[in-house]
Amino acid sequence: MTEQTSENVFLQKIEAEIKIEPKDWMPDAYRKTNIRQISQHAHSEIVGMLPEGNWISRAPSLKRKLILLAKVQDEAGHGLYLYSACETLGITREETINDLHSGKAKYASIFNYPTLSWADIGAIGWLVDGAAIMNQVMLTRTSYGPYARAMVKICKEESFHQRQGFESLLVLSKGTEAQKQMCQDAINRWWWPSLMMFGPKDSESTNSDQSMKWKIKRKSNDELRQSFVDMIAEQIKLLSMKLPDDKLKWNKEKNQYDWGEINWDEFWNVIKGNGPCNKERIAARSKAWEEGEWVRIAAKTYAEKKINKQVAV
Amino acid sequence: MKNFIQKFYYGDIPEEKGGGAIISKNTKTEWPLWEVFIRSKQGLDHKHIGSLHATDAKMAIENARDVYTRRMEGVSIWVVESKNIHASNPDDAESLYEPANDKIYRHPTFYQLPDELSHM
Repeated sequence: MTEQTSENVFLQKIEAEIKIEPKDWMPDAYRKTNIRQISQHAHSEIVGMLPEGNWISRAPSLKRKLILLAKVQDEAGHGLYLYSACETLGITREETINDLHSGKAKYASIFNYPTLSWADIGAIGWLVDGAAIMNQVMLTRTSYGPYARAMVKICKEESFHQRQGFESLLVLSKGTEAQKQMCQDAINRWWWPSLMMFGPKDSESTNSDQSMKWKIKRKSNDELRQSFVDMIAEQIKLLSMKLPDDKLKWNKEKNQYDWGEINWDEFWNVIKGNGPCNKERIAARSKAWEEGEWVRIAAKTYAEKKINKQVAV
Repeated sequence: MKNFIQKFYYGDIPEEKGGGAIISKNTKTEWPLWEVFIRSKQGLDHKHIGSLHATDAKMAIENARDVYTRRMEGVSIWVVESKNIHASNPDDAESLYEPANDKIYRHPTFYQLPDELSHM
């Protein structure tokens, strides 16, 4: 088959909602875009364990500790589903991980913010996982098969994350004055970064347009962000808390909420590596990777020795 | 395959606004890749669920348990080293599967039978 007909076959599949599978012909740029997006997604899951892990040893009760442990373990699992989907595109796990450590690959910038109080864990579950779910539900229908399948597994588990977060805030919101304040403070700090999770505005997003044509993405950043605002603005009423946005107001004509403006300078700054915890996060990941190197080598050597022994017998 | 993948853009972030230098390290310590198959309950087939890295089959099964069965998704695990999986080529799909299309007489619905005929 010539390049031209391969490309036509590929586009016809996309058009007909037939998933693209690893061994199918695909344009280089489609492969690249998927590697970029899936690996970034995987890194986000892995780095996302750090701010939450911060509170495992300080959870207020055994119940909360068990929940948080299970959630953080899920994030590790999600990272692994995604790394394995990414590898089907022909990049090795080590290359992917090296790109994270070198700073070449990005991860969700939300995880560069610190978790200062226990309420942050609830706010992350409700807002950060809530924002992630909007994106991930869309991605269960993405055109690349392994990515879509990983997303289905992730979405099934993610719902627990959001619910436990909201429930934990609900308890605080009915607690003492200090607990209520802690709850409101966490919401204040996590709200805007959560909105930034949807990425640059559609007018500034370099990758969205082609991704929509290839059905890697199905909704634009701004569309998803608006649905998220509409959802959270309603849910927060149950907490009797406030979102830190004076401009937030129901717009009857548009049948959606109007709201303020994201601080885009802050967004780009955090992406460039100048957020509160960027260096700490990458340092923690690199340290874990480097200190684990002798284990990886020893385990591999041991397995190879065992195989050689079997051959000798 | 690896050679033509140039990873310059990551995420939805324009490159000029990103940052970071390229570190190249050897990948010789990478563990082999294994494909994981899970039987979700007795009586059903094992089904492919994903892959993972492990040094040997025992480690692959242990890791598969942690990665793929945290919520009672399985009662049995198979692992196969990925290099041992042989797959048909998608380019051959036409010659492999198309001939079946015109053999409609292989399907029960091909046969028009009187309504009075029961249990068939």
